[in-house]
Amino acid sequence: MEEKVFSRTRGLTGKPFHYCPGCTHGIIHRLIAETLSEMDILDVTIGVSPVGCTYNNYEYFACDMVQAAHGRAPAVATGIKRVHPDSMVFTYQGDGDLAAIGTAEIVHAAARGEKICTFFVNNAVYGMTSGQMAPTTLLGQKTTTSPLGRSAAVQGYPINVSEMLATLQGAVYIERVAVNSVRNINRAKQAIRKAFKVQQANLGFAMVEILSTCPTNWGKDPVSALKWIDEAMVKQYPLGVFRGQEIEVGD
Amino acid sequence: MSNRVLMKGNEAIAEAAIRAGCRHYFGYPITPQTEIMHYMALRMPEVNGVMVQAESEVAAINMVYGAAAAGARVMTTSSSPGISLKQEGFSYIAGAELPAVVVNIVRAGPGLGGILPAQGDYFQATKGGGHGDYRNVVLAPASVQELYELTVEAFNIADRYRVLTMILGDGTLGQMMEPVLFRDEEPVESFDKSWATTGTQGRREHNTIQSIYIEPDALERLNSNLQAKYRRIAEREVRVETVNCDGAEIILTAFGTCSRICKNVIRQAAEIGIKVGLVRPITLWPFPDQAIAAAAGQPSVKALLDIELNAGQMVEDVRLAVNGTRPVHFHGRTGGNLPTQQEILDKIQVLARS
Amino acid sequence: MSRIEIDQDRCKGCGLCVHVCPRKIIVLQQDKLNARGFHPAGVTDMSRCIGCAFCATICPDSCIEVWREGGKA
Repeated sequence: MEEKVFSRTRGLTGKPFHYCPGCTHGIIHRLIAETLSEMDILDVTIGVSPVGCTYNNYEYFACDMVQAAHGRAPAVATGIKRVHPDSMVFTYQGDGDLAAIGTAEIVHAAARGEKICTFFVNNAVYGMTSGQMAPTTLLGQKTTTSPLGRSAAVQGYPINVSEMLATLQGAVYIERVAVNSVRNINRAKQAIRKAFKVQQANLGFAMVEILSTCPTNWGKDPVSALKWIDEAMVKQYPLGVFRGQEIEVGD
Repeated sequence: MSNRVLMKGNEAIAEAAIRAGCRHYFGYPITPQTEIMHYMALRMPEVNGVMVQAESEVAAINMVYGAAAAGARVMTTSSSPGISLKQEGFSYIAGAELPAVVVNIVRAGPGLGGILPAQGDYFQATKGGGHGDYRNVVLAPASVQELYELTVEAFNIADRYRVLTMILGDGTLGQMMEPVLFRDEEPVESFDKSWATTGTQGRREHNTIQSIYIEPDALERLNSNLQAKYRRIAEREVRVETVNCDGAEIILTAFGTCSRICKNVIRQAAEIGIKVGLVRPITLWPFPDQAIAAAAGQPSVKALLDIELNAGQMVEDVRLAVNGTRPVHFHGRTGGNLPTQQEILDKIQVLARS
Repeated sequence: MSRIEIDQDRCKGCGLCVHVCPRKIIVLQQDKLNARGFHPAGVTDMSRCIGCAFCATICPDSCIEVWREGGKA
């Protein structure tokens, strides 16, 4: 007897993604959507879309969605959550959105302990505007605005957002994961699930930082891009739980 | 039970919002409007509401955007430099067609300027301020009683048209104390908000709120719909007060605090035999151009004199309304100074003699 | 028998499923072009599929559905 063990999730609308081949945003979308469906919270969830490549993921998630101005998703999510405290609210943000223009919003949403989940997709580059340096661009990494490679003397250092936010009392759960292997993807899903559980339990702000690929702007084929996460990104951005290790979430 | 309460203008705004059903307030401190926040911080918990002190005006307006998207009656308040910071959010609120109420207790600019009253934000309030083709409804109260009544009305207008409605006050109005007569019951209308992002609750397809339309025809369609909505607002929502205009030689135009000074000048002018009228726009957008044209078009009228706490902003709209049929003069003060009655009277005497 | 189905029209031919398949039975079909202009992934020998769902787990475009002999592993 065969049994269907992997289906498309009802957490996604089914509209095909517009992302480049091999871009792992699609995996992250699916993990969030599957989690909403499996936890049976899809109907009470309101998501906030960012500015960047995923600006229109409101078309992909089957829950209610609000599109926000660049970097402002945590403020928008604050407004939503304060109106519907019993709903589940998440933001989906890239590294330019969250770690550059939206630095104040994310820090203060975390400090206030807003009962929201943030999924922070770190691919070390601005994708949509064609490969500019991001706050998370690695030292030495070539981008269209650091064509000679990011230099500490000229462009300064990358920001480790998870480590930074983990210093805040309101940020009760902070974990960094990656989606570059089956094993890491499964771990990422556990982290996403834990973030929603933290919100469900009203504990405070939860963020999962997800190392993700940008084959197009990294100038790599999709498989090499997966490897570059291990070879380069994880050295600057180690995976692990930075806050909330002790929080147990049930099934 | 109707009751008369002596209140500061800023407090009247806050109480009016609560009486209008606003339970979500997001703000950032700035003089001269911070009493609104103080009041909300105490009052909101009493009515199971929420007051969040945001990290910036930018964050506050985006919290408003989120709360409005979620279907709430929501307000933010600020003063000029803070309102500049909120302009990004205004544009998104317009594009996403969300209802929201914003109060600007104007102070003197530009830059950090000063904390004294001014009307230098007329252009910013009525001509856009943020990017793209959009309008905000702008209400200009002239007393603490009107701050209360127009704040309640602002929520109804915002919900009626899914539009940002601004109260444009100034430091004088915000800080002054006057008696306010509260109504037994507020004329709070209810509106269909089936478009809001509340969670589908399993009862409908997902709702989305956005202001981005990559496809040009879709974006043009949004713009056409917005313009049609703005025409409807312009047809239905103009509010204006006219004083002593029939047979007047000189027509004053002024809004807010300035209009109160002008009303005193009308009496003084009558004592020296000059009949002066006043047209006071209560909605700055939509602008009461027909009322101004009608007053100006009377055979008795020699000239118009526009009085503002700025270097000449509303006067441009007055001139468009008059359309060259009469000369339109201007007298304004800046820096937080107010024109004296005598200053205005002197101008009137010159114009009446010519 | 375990098996997978790959949505040929959705597939962008990124090759991540090819990379993670432990049985090495997934290939990009160079002789095929889908409507979006990609060479979609296909299975060379379905009888060797173990239904591990690695391919579906890493597929960024939710193109793959999986059936496993005997159900959950």
